[in-house]
Amino acid sequence: MQRTIVDLWVGIFVTAGVAALFVLALKVGNASSVSVSDGYRVVAEFDNIGGLKVRAPVKSAGVVVGRVEGINLDTRTFRANVALRIDKRYPFPRDSSASILTAGLLGEQYVGMDGGGEEQNLKDGDRLKVTQSAIVLEKVIGQFLYGKAAETGTAK
Amino acid sequence: MLRALIGGIRLVGHLTINAVWRLGSATRFMGLVFVRSGLSFRRFQLTIDELQFAGVLSLIIIIVSGLFVGLVLGLQGYETLKRYGSAEAVGTLVALALVRELGPVVAALLFASRAGSAMTAELGIMKSTEQLSAMEIMAVDPFARVISPMFWGGFFSMPLLAAIFSVMGIFGGYLITVVIIGVDSGAFWSQMQSNVDFRGDIVNGVIKSIVFGAAVTSIALFEGYDAPPTAEGVSHAVTRTVVTSALAVLALDFVLTAFMFTGV
Repeated sequence: MQRTIVDLWVGIFVTAGVAALFVLALKVGNASSVSVSDGYRVVAEFDNIGGLKVRAPVKSAGVVVGRVEGINLDTRTFRANVALRIDKRYPFPRDSSASILTAGLLGEQYVGMDGGGEEQNLKDGDRLKVTQSAIVLEKVIGQFLYGKAAETGTAK
Repeated sequence: MLRALIGGIRLVGHLTINAVWRLGSATRFMGLVFVRSGLSFRRFQLTIDELQFAGVLSLIIIIVSGLFVGLVLGLQGYETLKRYGSAEAVGTLVALALVRELGPVVAALLFASRAGSAMTAELGIMKSTEQLSAMEIMAVDPFARVISPMFWGGFFSMPLLAAIFSVMGIFGGYLITVVIIGVDSGAFWSQMQSNVDFRGDIVNGVIKSIVFGAAVTSIALFEGYDAPPTAEGVSHAVTRTVVTSALAVLALDFVLTAFMFTGV
Protein backbone atom coordinates (compact mmCIF):
# COMPACT_ATOMS: atom_id res chain seq x y z
CA MET A 1 0.00 0.00 0.00
CA GLN A 2 1.17 3.51 -0.67
CA ARG A 3 2.76 5.57 2.05
CA THR A 4 0.13 8.33 2.02
CA ILE A 5 -2.74 5.85 2.17
CA VAL A 6 -1.20 4.08 5.16
CA ASP A 7 -0.72 7.43 6.87
CA LEU A 8 -4.29 8.40 6.12
CA TRP A 9 -5.72 5.19 7.56
CA VAL A 10 -3.58 5.38 10.67
CA GLY A 11 -4.65 9.00 11.08
CA ILE A 12 -8.31 8.00 10.80
CA PHE A 13 -7.78 5.17 13.30
CA VAL A 14 -6.03 7.32 15.90
CA THR A 15 -8.55 10.14 15.51
CA ALA A 16 -11.44 7.71 15.88
CA GLY A 17 -9.84 6.17 18.97
CA VAL A 18 -9.22 9.53 20.64
CA ALA A 19 -12.72 10.67 19.69
CA ALA A 20 -14.09 7.49 21.27
CA LEU A 21 -12.22 8.28 24.49
CA PHE A 22 -13.69 11.78 24.47
CA VAL A 23 -17.19 10.42 23.87
CA LEU A 24 -16.72 8.08 26.82
CA ALA A 25 -15.47 10.91 29.02
CA LEU A 26 -18.03 13.55 28.09
CA LYS A 27 -21.15 11.77 26.93
CA VAL A 28 -21.07 8.56 28.97
CA GLY A 29 -19.23 9.65 32.10
CA ASN A 30 -19.94 12.67 34.21
CA ALA A 31 -16.67 14.53 33.60
CA SER A 32 -18.67 17.29 31.95
CA SER A 33 -20.84 17.96 34.97
CA VAL A 34 -19.62 20.72 37.23
CA SER A 35 -17.33 19.66 40.00
CA VAL A 36 -18.09 21.30 43.28
CA SER A 37 -14.53 21.46 44.53
CA ASP A 38 -14.84 25.24 44.83
CA GLY A 39 -17.75 25.44 47.16
CA TYR A 40 -18.38 25.95 50.82
CA ARG A 41 -18.53 23.17 53.33
CA VAL A 42 -21.23 22.82 55.94
CA VAL A 43 -21.76 20.05 58.44
CA ALA A 44 -25.18 18.60 59.18
CA GLU A 45 -25.89 16.37 62.19
CA PHE A 46 -28.30 13.50 61.76
CA ASP A 47 -29.66 10.94 64.19
CA ASN A 48 -29.58 8.32 61.46
CA ILE A 49 -28.30 8.58 57.93
CA GLY A 50 -29.72 5.28 56.67
CA GLY A 51 -27.84 4.24 53.55
CA LEU A 52 -26.34 7.61 52.64
CA LYS A 53 -22.95 7.35 50.98
CA VAL A 54 -20.06 9.69 50.28
CA ARG A 55 -20.45 11.48 46.91
CA ALA A 56 -24.24 11.24 47.12
CA PRO A 57 -25.88 14.35 45.66
CA VAL A 58 -27.20 17.27 47.68
CA LYS A 59 -30.37 18.54 46.08
CA SER A 60 -32.58 21.53 46.62
CA ALA A 61 -35.92 21.57 44.82
CA GLY A 62 -34.57 18.68 42.76
CA VAL A 63 -31.51 20.59 41.53
CA VAL A 64 -28.11 19.13 42.39
CA VAL A 65 -26.32 21.84 44.39
CA GLY A 66 -23.48 19.81 45.92
CA ARG A 67 -22.17 16.48 47.06
CA VAL A 68 -21.70 14.65 50.34
CA GLU A 69 -18.02 14.98 51.16
CA GLY A 70 -17.58 12.94 54.30
CA ILE A 71 -19.51 10.96 56.88
CA ASN A 72 -18.39 10.16 60.41
CA LEU A 73 -19.81 9.41 63.81
CA ASP A 74 -19.52 11.81 66.72
CA THR A 75 -18.83 9.50 69.66
CA ARG A 76 -19.93 12.07 72.26
CA THR A 77 -23.44 12.52 70.97
CA PHE A 78 -23.64 9.35 68.87
CA ARG A 79 -25.00 11.28 65.96
CA ALA A 80 -23.69 11.22 62.40
CA ASN A 81 -21.75 14.23 61.11
CA VAL A 82 -22.31 14.61 57.39
CA ALA A 83 -20.07 17.12 55.63
CA LEU A 84 -21.70 18.69 52.60
CA ARG A 85 -19.79 20.55 49.90
CA ILE A 86 -22.18 23.00 48.29
CA ASP A 87 -21.50 24.91 45.10
CA LYS A 88 -20.78 28.56 45.85
CA ARG A 89 -23.23 29.63 43.16
CA TYR A 90 -26.00 28.52 45.51
CA PRO A 91 -25.98 30.45 48.79
CA PHE A 92 -28.39 29.15 51.42
CA PRO A 93 -29.80 31.04 54.44
CA ARG A 94 -28.36 30.19 57.86
CA ASP A 95 -31.55 28.48 59.04
CA SER A 96 -31.82 26.10 56.07
CA SER A 97 -32.68 22.53 56.92
CA ALA A 98 -31.29 19.26 55.58
CA SER A 99 -33.11 15.97 55.33
CA ILE A 100 -32.16 12.57 53.98
CA LEU A 101 -34.51 11.48 51.23
CA THR A 102 -34.75 8.56 48.87
CA ALA A 103 -34.98 8.86 45.10
CA GLY A 104 -37.92 6.73 44.09
CA LEU A 105 -39.06 3.73 46.07
CA LEU A 106 -35.80 1.80 46.00
CA GLY A 107 -33.44 4.43 44.68
CA GLU A 108 -30.28 5.89 46.15
CA GLN A 109 -30.41 8.23 49.11
CA TYR A 110 -29.56 11.90 48.85
CA VAL A 111 -29.57 14.99 51.03
CA GLY A 112 -32.39 17.44 50.43
CA MET A 113 -31.85 21.08 51.38
CA ASP A 114 -34.75 23.39 52.15
CA GLY A 115 -33.97 27.07 52.20
CA GLY A 116 -34.85 29.06 55.31
CA GLY A 117 -35.79 32.68 55.73
CA GLU A 118 -32.88 34.25 57.56
CA GLU A 119 -30.95 37.20 56.14
CA GLN A 120 -27.45 35.81 56.61
CA ASN A 121 -26.19 33.01 54.39
CA LEU A 122 -24.31 29.86 55.36
CA LYS A 123 -20.55 30.23 55.51
CA ASP A 124 -17.78 27.68 55.15
CA GLY A 125 -17.65 25.52 58.28
CA ASP A 126 -21.15 26.28 59.55
CA ARG A 127 -23.37 23.64 61.08
CA LEU A 128 -26.92 22.99 60.00
CA LYS A 129 -29.17 22.91 63.05
CA VAL A 130 -32.43 21.65 61.66
CA THR A 131 -32.13 18.18 60.17
CA GLN A 132 -34.42 15.30 59.48
CA SER A 133 -33.04 11.79 59.54
CA ALA A 134 -33.50 9.02 57.06
CA ILE A 135 -36.60 6.94 57.38
CA VAL A 136 -35.62 3.46 58.48
CA LEU A 137 -38.25 1.05 57.32
CA GLU A 138 -37.93 -1.29 60.32
CA LYS A 139 -38.53 1.56 62.75
CA VAL A 140 -41.56 2.76 60.82
CA ILE A 141 -43.05 -0.73 60.79
CA GLY A 142 -42.22 -1.11 64.48
CA GLN A 143 -44.01 2.13 65.34
CA PHE A 144 -46.96 1.16 63.20
CA LEU A 145 -47.31 -2.21 64.92
CA TYR A 146 -46.91 -0.60 68.33
CA GLY A 147 -49.58 1.94 67.47
CA LYS A 148 -51.89 -0.77 66.22
CA ALA A 149 -51.39 -2.80 69.39
CA ALA A 150 -52.10 0.23 71.58
CA GLU A 151 -55.22 0.97 69.53
CA THR A 152 -56.71 -2.49 69.91
CA GLY A 153 -55.75 -2.45 73.60
CA THR A 154 -57.79 0.71 74.25
CA ALA A 155 -60.69 -0.49 72.11
CA LYS A 156 -61.32 -3.47 74.37
CA MET B 1 9.32 -47.97 42.45
CA LEU B 2 12.08 -45.70 43.70
CA ARG B 3 13.22 -45.15 40.12
CA ALA B 4 9.72 -44.04 39.11
CA LEU B 5 9.57 -41.66 42.08
CA ILE B 6 12.95 -40.14 41.26
CA GLY B 7 11.90 -39.91 37.63
CA GLY B 8 8.76 -38.04 38.62
CA ILE B 9 10.69 -35.61 40.79
CA ARG B 10 13.21 -35.08 38.00
CA LEU B 11 10.35 -34.29 35.63
CA VAL B 12 9.03 -31.66 38.03
CA GLY B 13 12.50 -30.17 38.33
CA HIS B 14 12.96 -30.18 34.57
CA LEU B 15 9.63 -28.42 34.01
CA THR B 16 10.41 -25.84 36.71
CA ILE B 17 13.83 -25.08 35.27
CA ASN B 18 12.31 -24.77 31.78
CA ALA B 19 9.63 -22.41 33.05
CA VAL B 20 12.15 -20.23 34.88
CA TRP B 21 14.42 -20.29 31.85
CA ARG B 22 11.61 -19.11 29.57
CA LEU B 23 10.55 -16.46 32.07
CA GLY B 24 14.11 -15.20 32.24
CA SER B 25 14.56 -15.08 28.48
CA ALA B 26 11.15 -13.38 28.12
CA THR B 27 12.24 -10.72 30.62
CA ARG B 28 15.55 -10.23 28.80
CA PHE B 29 13.65 -10.08 25.51
CA MET B 30 11.27 -7.39 26.78
CA GLY B 31 14.21 -5.50 28.27
CA LEU B 32 15.90 -5.47 24.86
CA VAL B 33 12.66 -4.36 23.20
CA PHE B 34 12.46 -1.38 25.57
CA VAL B 35 16.14 -0.47 25.47
CA ARG B 36 16.28 -0.51 21.68
CA SER B 37 12.96 1.21 21.02
CA GLY B 38 14.60 4.57 20.33
CA LEU B 39 14.43 3.98 16.58
CA SER B 40 10.66 3.36 16.70
CA PHE B 41 10.22 6.96 17.81
CA ARG B 42 12.98 8.59 15.77
CA ARG B 43 11.72 6.93 12.60
CA PHE B 44 8.08 7.05 13.61
CA GLN B 45 7.06 5.77 10.18
CA LEU B 46 8.04 2.26 11.34
CA THR B 47 5.60 2.46 14.24
CA ILE B 48 2.94 3.94 11.97
CA ASP B 49 3.21 0.89 9.72
CA GLU B 50 2.63 -1.35 12.72
CA LEU B 51 -0.28 0.83 13.89
CA GLN B 52 -1.78 0.30 10.46
CA PHE B 53 -1.30 -3.44 10.82
CA ALA B 54 -2.36 -3.92 14.46
CA GLY B 55 -4.88 -1.09 14.72
CA VAL B 56 -6.46 -0.13 11.44
CA LEU B 57 -6.82 -3.66 10.12
CA SER B 58 -8.43 -4.75 13.43
CA LEU B 59 -11.01 -1.97 13.20
CA ILE B 60 -13.65 -3.93 11.29
CA ILE B 61 -13.79 -6.85 13.71
CA ILE B 62 -13.71 -4.50 16.72
CA ILE B 63 -16.50 -2.28 15.40
CA VAL B 64 -18.76 -5.14 14.33
CA SER B 65 -18.34 -7.18 17.49
CA GLY B 66 -18.68 -4.09 19.70
CA LEU B 67 -21.95 -3.28 18.02
CA PHE B 68 -23.30 -6.79 18.47
CA VAL B 69 -22.17 -7.07 22.07
CA GLY B 70 -23.98 -3.79 22.76
CA LEU B 71 -27.12 -5.01 20.99
CA VAL B 72 -27.19 -8.21 23.04
CA LEU B 73 -26.47 -6.40 26.31
CA GLY B 74 -29.24 -3.89 25.61
CA LEU B 75 -31.74 -6.58 24.76
CA GLN B 76 -30.94 -8.84 27.71
CA GLY B 77 -30.65 -5.94 30.14
CA TYR B 78 -33.99 -4.53 29.03
CA GLU B 79 -35.76 -7.89 29.35
CA THR B 80 -34.53 -8.27 32.93
CA LEU B 81 -34.82 -4.67 34.10
CA LYS B 82 -38.33 -4.11 32.82
CA ARG B 83 -39.61 -6.67 35.33
CA TYR B 84 -38.52 -4.31 38.08
CA GLY B 85 -39.93 -1.28 36.34
CA SER B 86 -36.54 0.31 35.80
CA ALA B 87 -35.99 -0.17 32.09
CA GLU B 88 -34.29 3.25 31.92
CA ALA B 89 -31.38 1.87 33.92
CA VAL B 90 -30.42 -0.21 30.89
CA GLY B 91 -28.17 2.66 29.79
CA THR B 92 -26.24 2.41 33.03
CA LEU B 93 -26.02 -1.34 32.71
CA VAL B 94 -24.72 -1.29 29.16
CA ALA B 95 -22.25 1.53 29.78
CA LEU B 96 -20.83 0.14 33.02
CA ALA B 97 -20.51 -3.39 31.67
CA LEU B 98 -18.72 -2.18 28.56
CA VAL B 99 -16.50 0.50 30.05
CA ARG B 100 -15.38 -1.52 33.06
CA GLU B 101 -15.10 -5.06 31.74
CA LEU B 102 -16.30 -6.06 28.31
CA GLY B 103 -14.67 -3.26 26.33
CA PRO B 104 -11.10 -3.90 27.47
CA VAL B 105 -11.43 -7.69 27.84
CA VAL B 106 -13.25 -8.58 24.62
CA ALA B 107 -11.23 -6.08 22.62
CA ALA B 108 -8.04 -7.64 24.02
CA LEU B 109 -9.22 -11.17 23.17
CA LEU B 110 -10.07 -10.10 19.63
CA PHE B 111 -6.81 -8.20 19.38
CA ALA B 112 -4.87 -11.29 20.49
CA SER B 113 -6.48 -13.48 17.88
CA ARG B 114 -6.47 -10.89 15.10
CA ALA B 115 -3.16 -9.07 15.55
CA GLY B 116 -1.23 -11.07 18.15
CA SER B 117 -1.32 -14.31 16.19
CA ALA B 118 -0.19 -12.52 13.04
CA MET B 119 2.71 -10.89 14.91
CA THR B 120 3.84 -14.28 16.20
CA ALA B 121 3.58 -15.86 12.75
CA GLU B 122 5.46 -12.99 11.11
CA LEU B 123 8.31 -13.07 13.62
CA GLY B 124 8.44 -16.88 13.67
CA ILE B 125 8.70 -17.10 9.89
CA MET B 126 11.24 -14.28 9.77
CA LYS B 127 13.29 -16.29 12.23
CA SER B 128 12.87 -19.66 10.48
CA THR B 129 13.78 -18.18 7.09
CA GLU B 130 16.78 -16.54 8.81
CA GLN B 131 15.73 -13.01 7.95
CA LEU B 132 16.51 -11.89 11.48
CA SER B 133 20.02 -13.37 11.23
CA ALA B 134 20.48 -11.75 7.82
CA MET B 135 19.59 -8.39 9.35
CA GLU B 136 22.13 -8.89 12.10
CA ILE B 137 24.82 -9.71 9.51
CA MET B 138 24.00 -6.47 7.73
CA ALA B 139 24.42 -4.69 11.07
CA VAL B 140 20.72 -3.89 11.22
CA ASP B 141 19.41 -4.50 14.71
CA PRO B 142 16.24 -6.63 14.33
CA PHE B 143 15.04 -5.46 17.74
CA ALA B 144 15.18 -1.81 16.78
CA ARG B 145 14.04 -2.30 13.19
CA VAL B 146 11.30 -4.96 13.52
CA ILE B 147 10.35 -5.95 17.04
CA SER B 148 10.16 -2.63 18.91
CA PRO B 149 7.93 -0.96 16.30
CA MET B 150 5.62 -3.99 16.51
CA PHE B 151 5.47 -3.65 20.28
CA TRP B 152 4.70 0.06 20.25
CA GLY B 153 2.19 -0.36 17.44
CA GLY B 154 0.29 -2.91 19.51
CA PHE B 155 0.72 -0.91 22.70
CA PHE B 156 -0.80 2.26 21.23
CA SER B 157 -3.52 0.46 19.26
CA MET B 158 -5.06 -1.47 22.13
CA PRO B 159 -6.50 1.40 24.27
CA LEU B 160 -7.89 3.05 21.15
CA LEU B 161 -9.46 -0.21 19.99
CA ALA B 162 -10.98 -0.79 23.44
CA ALA B 163 -12.44 2.74 23.48
CA ILE B 164 -13.90 2.27 20.01
CA PHE B 165 -15.33 -1.09 21.12
CA SER B 166 -17.02 0.49 24.15
CA VAL B 167 -18.45 3.38 22.15
CA MET B 168 -19.79 1.04 19.48
CA GLY B 169 -21.28 -1.17 22.20
CA ILE B 170 -23.01 1.76 23.86
CA PHE B 171 -24.26 2.85 20.45
CA GLY B 172 -25.58 -0.69 19.91
CA GLY B 173 -27.34 -0.62 23.27
CA TYR B 174 -28.83 2.77 22.38
CA LEU B 175 -29.96 1.44 19.02
CA ILE B 176 -31.81 -1.58 20.40
CA THR B 177 -33.33 -0.04 23.53
CA VAL B 178 -34.09 3.53 22.48
CA VAL B 179 -34.60 3.34 18.73
CA ILE B 180 -36.21 -0.08 18.44
CA ILE B 181 -37.81 -0.85 21.82
CA GLY B 182 -38.59 2.73 22.70
CA VAL B 183 -36.99 3.44 26.08
CA ASP B 184 -36.89 7.16 26.72
CA SER B 185 -33.75 8.62 25.20
CA GLY B 186 -33.24 11.32 27.84
CA ALA B 187 -33.56 8.84 30.71
CA PHE B 188 -31.18 6.45 28.97
CA TRP B 189 -28.40 9.04 28.74
CA SER B 190 -29.01 10.82 32.04
CA GLN B 191 -29.07 7.57 34.04
CA MET B 192 -25.87 6.57 32.30
CA GLN B 193 -24.18 9.88 32.98
CA SER B 194 -25.15 10.03 36.63
CA ASN B 195 -23.89 6.52 37.33
CA VAL B 196 -20.73 6.25 35.25
CA ASP B 197 -17.87 7.95 37.00
CA PHE B 198 -15.07 9.43 34.91
CA ARG B 199 -12.14 8.51 37.13
CA GLY B 200 -13.58 5.41 38.74
CA ASP B 201 -14.93 3.73 35.63
CA ILE B 202 -13.59 5.21 32.42
CA VAL B 203 -10.00 5.87 33.46
CA ASN B 204 -9.79 2.45 35.09
CA GLY B 205 -11.10 0.87 31.89
CA VAL B 206 -8.44 2.67 29.88
CA ILE B 207 -5.75 1.53 32.34
CA LYS B 208 -6.99 -2.02 31.92
CA SER B 209 -6.81 -1.82 28.14
CA ILE B 210 -3.26 -0.43 28.30
CA VAL B 211 -2.18 -3.31 30.55
CA PHE B 212 -3.87 -5.87 28.30
CA GLY B 213 -2.32 -4.34 25.19
CA ALA B 214 1.17 -4.53 26.68
CA ALA B 215 0.59 -8.10 27.88
CA VAL B 216 -0.84 -9.43 24.61
CA THR B 217 1.80 -7.75 22.45
CA SER B 218 4.66 -8.94 24.66
CA ILE B 219 3.37 -12.51 24.65
CA ALA B 220 2.89 -12.50 20.88
CA LEU B 221 6.34 -11.08 20.17
CA PHE B 222 8.14 -13.37 22.59
CA GLU B 223 6.38 -16.48 21.30
CA GLY B 224 7.30 -15.51 17.75
CA TYR B 225 10.91 -14.77 18.62
CA ASP B 226 11.21 -17.91 20.71
CA ALA B 227 9.49 -20.23 18.21
CA PRO B 228 11.49 -23.24 16.97
CA PRO B 229 12.45 -22.40 13.36
CA THR B 230 10.25 -25.03 11.76
CA ALA B 231 6.79 -24.96 10.23
CA GLU B 232 5.47 -26.95 13.16
CA GLY B 233 7.26 -24.74 15.66
CA VAL B 234 5.71 -21.58 14.22
CA SER B 235 2.24 -23.07 14.16
CA HIS B 236 2.56 -24.16 17.80
CA ALA B 237 3.85 -20.72 18.74
CA VAL B 238 0.79 -19.09 17.15
CA THR B 239 -1.51 -21.41 19.07
CA ARG B 240 0.35 -20.69 22.30
CA THR B 241 0.09 -16.96 21.68
CA VAL B 242 -3.69 -17.05 21.43
CA VAL B 243 -4.15 -19.39 24.40
CA THR B 244 -1.64 -17.67 26.69
CA SER B 245 -2.89 -14.20 25.78
CA ALA B 246 -6.48 -15.15 26.50
CA LEU B 247 -5.57 -16.64 29.87
CA ALA B 248 -3.30 -13.73 30.74
CA VAL B 249 -5.99 -11.19 29.85
CA LEU B 250 -8.63 -12.93 31.94
CA ALA B 251 -6.31 -13.43 34.92
CA LEU B 252 -5.03 -9.84 34.76
CA ASP B 253 -8.62 -8.64 34.48
CA PHE B 254 -9.52 -10.40 37.69
CA VAL B 255 -6.51 -8.93 39.51
CA LEU B 256 -7.13 -5.41 38.18
CA THR B 257 -10.85 -5.59 38.97
CA ALA B 258 -10.07 -6.73 42.50
CA PHE B 259 -7.82 -3.69 42.93
CA MET B 260 -9.98 -1.13 41.15
CA PHE B 261 -13.60 -1.84 41.95
CA THR B 262 -13.76 -3.49 45.35
CA GLY B 263 -12.51 -0.61 47.49
CA VAL B 264 -15.00 1.57 49.35
